[in-house]
Amino acid sequence: MKEGWEAVIGMEIHAQLKTETKIFCGCAANFGDEPNANTCPVCLGLPGALPVLNEKVVELGAKAALSLGLNINETSIFSRKNYFYPDLPKGYQISQFDKPFSSNGTLEVLTAERDESGHAKDWKPIKIHIERMHLEEDAGKNVHEGLPDVDKYSYIDLNRAGTPLGEIVTGPDFRTSWQAYDYVNHVRRVLQWVGASDADMEKGNLRCEANVSVRKVGEEKFRNKVELKNLNSVRFMQKAIEYEIERQIEAHESGEGVNQETRLWDEKNNKTKVMRSKEDAHDYRYFPEPDLQPLKVSTEFIEKIKSEIPELPDAMLARFQRDYDLTFADASQLVGDISLAAFYEATAAASKNARASANWILSELQREWNAAGNSAADSPVSAENLAELIRFLDEEKINGKQAKEVLIEMFASGKSAADVVKEQGLEQISDSGAIEKIVEDVMAANEGQVAAYRGGNEKLLGFFVGQVMKASKGQANPKMVNEVLLEKLK
Amino acid sequence: MTIRSNIEKTLDNAEKLNGSLNSFLKIDRDYALRRAEELDNSGAKPGALHGFAVAVKDNICTSFSQTSCGSKILGDYRPQYDATAVSRLIDDGAVIIGKTNMDEFAMGSSNENSAFGNVKNPWDLDRVPGGSSGGSAVAVASGVVRASLGSETGGSVRQPASFCGIAGLKPTYGRISRYGLVAFASSLDQIGIFGQTSRDIASLLGVIAGRDKNDSTTADVAVSDYVSELDNDISGIKIGVPRALFGEGLDDEVRNSVENAIENYRKLGAEIVDVELPNSKYSIAVYYILATAEASSNLARFDGVRYGFRAEDAHELREMYMKTREEGFGAEVKRRIMLGTYVLSSGYYDAYYSKAQKVRTLLKNDFLSAFEKCDAIITPTSPSTAFKIGEKSDDPLSMYLSDIYTASANLAGIPGISIPCGLSSEGLPIGVQLLGPAWSESKLLCLANRFESEFPLSKKPEYFV
Repeated sequence: MKEGWEAVIGMEIHAQLKTETKIFCGCAANFGDEPNANTCPVCLGLPGALPVLNEKVVELGAKAALSLGLNINETSIFSRKNYFYPDLPKGYQISQFDKPFSSNGTLEVLTAERDESGHAKDWKPIKIHIERMHLEEDAGKNVHEGLPDVDKYSYIDLNRAGTPLGEIVTGPDFRTSWQAYDYVNHVRRVLQWVGASDADMEKGNLRCEANVSVRKVGEEKFRNKVELKNLNSVRFMQKAIEYEIERQIEAHESGEGVNQETRLWDEKNNKTKVMRSKEDAHDYRYFPEPDLQPLKVSTEFIEKIKSEIPELPDAMLARFQRDYDLTFADASQLVGDISLAAFYEATAAASKNARASANWILSELQREWNAAGNSAADSPVSAENLAELIRFLDEEKINGKQAKEVLIEMFASGKSAADVVKEQGLEQISDSGAIEKIVEDVMAANEGQVAAYRGGNEKLLGFFVGQVMKASKGQANPKMVNEVLLEKLK
Repeated sequence: MTIRSNIEKTLDNAEKLNGSLNSFLKIDRDYALRRAEELDNSGAKPGALHGFAVAVKDNICTSFSQTSCGSKILGDYRPQYDATAVSRLIDDGAVIIGKTNMDEFAMGSSNENSAFGNVKNPWDLDRVPGGSSGGSAVAVASGVVRASLGSETGGSVRQPASFCGIAGLKPTYGRISRYGLVAFASSLDQIGIFGQTSRDIASLLGVIAGRDKNDSTTADVAVSDYVSELDNDISGIKIGVPRALFGEGLDDEVRNSVENAIENYRKLGAEIVDVELPNSKYSIAVYYILATAEASSNLARFDGVRYGFRAEDAHELREMYMKTREEGFGAEVKRRIMLGTYVLSSGYYDAYYSKAQKVRTLLKNDFLSAFEKCDAIITPTSPSTAFKIGEKSDDPLSMYLSDIYTASANLAGIPGISIPCGLSSEGLPIGVQLLGPAWSESKLLCLANRFESEFPLSKKPEYFV
């Protein structure tokens, strides 16, 4: 950013809450079904139909709100947001306005600026004020391509109409595009972590908008802001904000100024372009939705939801570094996903070797997962089996090179470490009877050397050890071989 | 006698009178006869309404018939589902014989706002039947059916009941499911019932009232046995009279008739007390702000995109919306959409909508304090008897004042019933209204029943089967 300027950024995230059914009717909240398959009088907005709140939305909304540091309001009110658009069947969206479901939260987010090659430097926490997360219904979709006569007709798919959303709004608290980037990733991960949302931007179940303005360092007042839309990935969002910051600084410096408007990110040309100006802004004529009662949430309910929220990723990150003596880099990779973190903790507990567990998961196993398109959630090698392999290694039953081969076989066959080691004959022979038998065979075959040894050439012990190991294909326990040989050669 | 032969007779009567009265928009002969035969053949008696003919206002969804809301924008629109009230009637054995005419989207007090022609008052064909549920009122007043469903937002059942000389009940808000009632003003709307007598109303109410999981605003309050409670003793019941409402604007004949009714209640053993409703003078102002605000939003879905009428000669989306709504809605509906849009607009919301909500709370409190002193409140239903067709149609403000005695019950969410209490010198019926606290339908029906039995009207309308 140009010297002397600073950016002021606020974020709005729409996250689809992961319910089986829609927010105000019993239709499936599925993605990718036949157009208009999941519709009924309520979500089609047919005359006379009425909304009924899906309680699961309240539960997931509460999980999301609490894990983002928000306070849940005892009473919240649904309101109608009125505007005309073909994908909005009632002519209004049921949302929340002046009494949202949750408000006034503080969230700590780890963030870092990136160098030229995109590598993070110096992670540190910033505190973000989250103004609110309210509940609302999604609209449907207008379809303009891939169907007959699209030059003459537009098509409407209302499968998405009425899917539940949480809209999360921050204060103007970000100063760089990377802070906004890290915040969105933080929210995505937390929502996935607690099971409130799939938060997948590609599938459109997490969408974000950024409000961007710039001002001179030291200025208190905000200048005109621009709302950025069409940010289809976190990376596009970061680029769009960065572009917009530079554009606005230039516009201010040239005296042209910045208009309060909505702009879209054009990902082909890597720039933002005007969508609508402030003069075209809607008057949504919000008023309380008379078809729904105020939403009341009890303290008991909030306590119950709190008790169901697992340890959050940032807390886990700190604990992994502290308790397992992991590096920041390793620990943050392991808390990248709740099932990976759980996989790691199970492996570490069963193997009693936390560092080795991290190394094995992040290098060898991760490589196999990547190649096979698996993850910790559906790993062919269980945490228990991986732990067993690590124990074999620690007990020197097998060596490191063998362990890697065993893991590949375990991954391919789904077998346990013990079974693979046995099948591949990698297991050491520690049965004294078996070793004695081999030793006796070797002595019988080398009578001359036996006589020489007994005659005082004790250097020949190495020769005998070599012969026994060879005859056992390297599996005999070397320590026992030594002991048995010394005894027999006496 | 089979149910089929009864229903056939009812249908014949409906068809015979409809040419003069225009109370039905659709008479569902085939459906009703098929339904009657099913009931005849099934042997089982599903409920007390077995074979009972009912007419339904055309803003209550029926999957077997049209639901036009009296509007060109819906026309012969056929819903995908039955309103809860309709399916409860059918499940109890009632036979719905047709859909009745109404002011477009229930906006009006005279039925002159129907896109499908006026309904005529069976007492005098030059007069309006009242509105907006004029068709349902006339279907009962002309003797075609004993009972019908209407809907109320500010008096649309009680006022036409009064103009047509029959009983009409507006229940407590949340008593009858609104699922399938095409919304006008959601916080005020309630399905209402017309009956030749309050006994007819009681028999329907017991069937359709009660909690519905499809309507979050229905209450989980026990449904009384309204029919068996009709004959309860009314002596000692306290009836409140808000004298301040008996002044300016009230027709003398109506005043005298209502005073006479009060005296008759005293004779029947009721105790008459004075009550005050100091904020009821604001009810029309508050009503026309809140009702139009909600209507402007509720009627947004009629946009030509998915169902009903769409203007044909539009070239882009905005033009399609504008032409569809310009051509599809009538003048009164457009007037109210504009009013409602205005009062919700940024910069005006606090001065109108928000303030009206505050006054609505005051009005509710007025009733709460009044009902500490009495069990029911008595007033005229309407300031006048049925007026002439065309008399007020160019003067919306004077038309709006027709609701002056009724709208406050919708704002307060309380039940009210109108019953005939006499005939004017011109031979037109006069209605008296009883209002009660929430969930007091049983008591109101009982008071109404007693009065009807003791003081029935001396004659039937000119057009009667």
